[in-house]
Amino acid sequence: MSDIPLNTSVAGVPEAAAPRQPPALTTGPAAWLRANLFSSWLNTAMTLVLAYFIVRYAISFVDWAFVNAIWSVPNNQTAACRALKTSPNPGACWAVITEKHRFILFGTYPYEEHWRPAVVCVLFTALYVVSAMRRFWRWELAVVWAVTLVAIGILMWGGVFGLSYVPQERWGGLPITLILATFGLAFAFPLAILVALGRRSSMPAIRVLCIAYVELIRGVPLISLLFMASVMFPLFLPEGINIDKLLRAQVAVILFAGAYLAEVVRGGLQALPKGQYEAAEALGLSYWQKTGFIILPQALRLVIPPLVNTFIGFFKDTSLVLIIGIFDLLTAGKTAVVEPAWQGFGVEVYIAISVIYFVYCFAMSRYSQNLEAELNRHRVR
Amino acid sequence: MKKQPLRLAMLGTIGAVAMTALGVLPAAAQAPAAGGASILDAIKARGTLVCGVNTGLAGFAQPDSQGVWRGFDVEYCRAIAAAIFNDANKVRYVPTTAQSRFTALQSGEIDLLARNTTWTLSRDTSLGLDFTGVNFYDGQGFMVKTSTGVKTAKELEGATICVQPGTTTEQNLTDWARANNVRFTPVVIERLEELVSAYAAGRCDAYTTDVSGLAATRSSQPTPAEHTILPDVISKEPLGPLVRHGDQRFADLLRWTHFALVAAEELGITQANVAQMAANDARPEVQRMLGKNGGLGQMLGVPNEWVVNVLRATGNYGEIFARHLQPIGIQRGPNALWTTPGGQQYAMPFR
Repeated sequence: MSDIPLNTSVAGVPEAAAPRQPPALTTGPAAWLRANLFSSWLNTAMTLVLAYFIVRYAISFVDWAFVNAIWSVPNNQTAACRALKTSPNPGACWAVITEKHRFILFGTYPYEEHWRPAVVCVLFTALYVVSAMRRFWRWELAVVWAVTLVAIGILMWGGVFGLSYVPQERWGGLPITLILATFGLAFAFPLAILVALGRRSSMPAIRVLCIAYVELIRGVPLISLLFMASVMFPLFLPEGINIDKLLRAQVAVILFAGAYLAEVVRGGLQALPKGQYEAAEALGLSYWQKTGFIILPQALRLVIPPLVNTFIGFFKDTSLVLIIGIFDLLTAGKTAVVEPAWQGFGVEVYIAISVIYFVYCFAMSRYSQNLEAELNRHRVR
Repeated sequence: MKKQPLRLAMLGTIGAVAMTALGVLPAAAQAPAAGGASILDAIKARGTLVCGVNTGLAGFAQPDSQGVWRGFDVEYCRAIAAAIFNDANKVRYVPTTAQSRFTALQSGEIDLLARNTTWTLSRDTSLGLDFTGVNFYDGQGFMVKTSTGVKTAKELEGATICVQPGTTTEQNLTDWARANNVRFTPVVIERLEELVSAYAAGRCDAYTTDVSGLAATRSSQPTPAEHTILPDVISKEPLGPLVRHGDQRFADLLRWTHFALVAAEELGITQANVAQMAANDARPEVQRMLGKNGGLGQMLGVPNEWVVNVLRATGNYGEIFARHLQPIGIQRGPNALWTTPGGQQYAMPFR
């Protein structure tokens, strides 16, 4: 064994390990870009082409929507807007929203009373927010709902507390959409649970009834149900008896939503292992105890995504009432651009309306994701 | 054994839901409206006229930015309300669609329908409804770009024509083309706005609908002079207000309110001078019409000075036309008074 002096090098071993570069960017945004957008020549080419188009159209959209846009015009004089449409640098005519926003939001509701539907919209939204918070999930919430809905009815109809009476056919805009969606889903959901349970019942009469209801309603489009409610149903009534047009449409929406939600709920019921039912029965629980404490909490938790999917679908389906002459948000928007001075500015109105729809639908969608994560925590490992 | 009460409970719940549903409906029913007896009396008892209008048609019926209904048809609702109540604002407007309009009238949801509805034999007879006159003579026509140089509809041989589906418009176009041996390619688009922009963008050579609609579209184009409405009218579309069968007196009132508006134009009575005419004009027909003598109003079941009330609220036929239809580019044409060439608006004598 010979002593190896520290300062002598061993053959074959590099004299001093040269400081090496860290491995080419494995973390950070640059690495992400490289991995996802520029990993091969094909991807690079695609990225560049798409980036070109996106930037180009984003710029022209910003130009159209903000830079060249006209925000208001005096006295319905839309000549400037029309000139802008055909000019080489086209711009949006947001003046149509400035002029018509109150009509789009509240329809033909008396102009001086617009604060009432505005408060109604705020009440509805507050109701959704409160109902969404788990800390308020107590029986008092039902009281809050009842009180709020009564307050909404009083505000819309009036006729008491010094509020002037406003007949239903003057209601319009966003309150109609919210009323149809809220009452529709609030009544359809319990109905759907009953029907879903009924479809799995061992009693033939109830089962057949529930199956017939679901299949009958699912077999026809919502439009034909609305037609039945608005065109055919009044003919069956004795002359002189008229049921409010909005109520008829509302009942049609409830029946339709009920059938679809029932199938969603039934999916949840079927997904539960049989052991849960048997265990509940072994404990000696009654049918309703079993359903209320064991089955439904688990089944509904399973079907949150399709439930919210159906909710969002119905929120937007309420716009179909336009075919029976009810001024919901979309119909009011369409009617706003009927006036000759404002014809041809539909795009601006549709964008404004879609923003409103998007806010509500996106909020529902985000909320359901949170709820799902919250309620299914026990499944996450 | 254990299951029996459960089943009963479930049946009970379902029954309760059904009962609630059934119970809610009659509770929500409105007070009985006009029965078969007298629509006019029911309107008087209710204190408002319920008038079915279009959900939105430029010039004829459309809510303005404040949500107030305005238009040619709306003025007829106001005129009837003024005749009955001497207050043109005692009207509830019910927007109706092309599909729901007749049911709304048949079921008594509305008292009258003033919604650019064409008077046809089948509608007059089989629907149980009565047309009370023609307040607007319309007809289907064509609009082309002026630069194409087309002068008459027969020159549209081989053209592409924009048309809305499912309306009598499409049927009329096909009938006319077959009768005149004109071949054309239809471009069928449901929504009016898209249809107009398709025409404006040059996807079709011509655009066909009722002449009043063509005029409204033309006036909303950036430069109206670039578009020409051809002189050919290929269908008759007489539009007028309707009532349901059962109260001839109410139908009479509608009919004579229209005649009063036309006669007032003929006699030179306007919104501005009606009070003065009623006081001073010595012409016997004016005196009878404005309620000085003859008791004509009473025969209709309304106050004798009903025409004064109507004219004060809406003005005469010409004034209504000038207020709502001329601004969107509709000319008097066949709707001029019968005393002018080509005019067809004619009022029966007031005596």
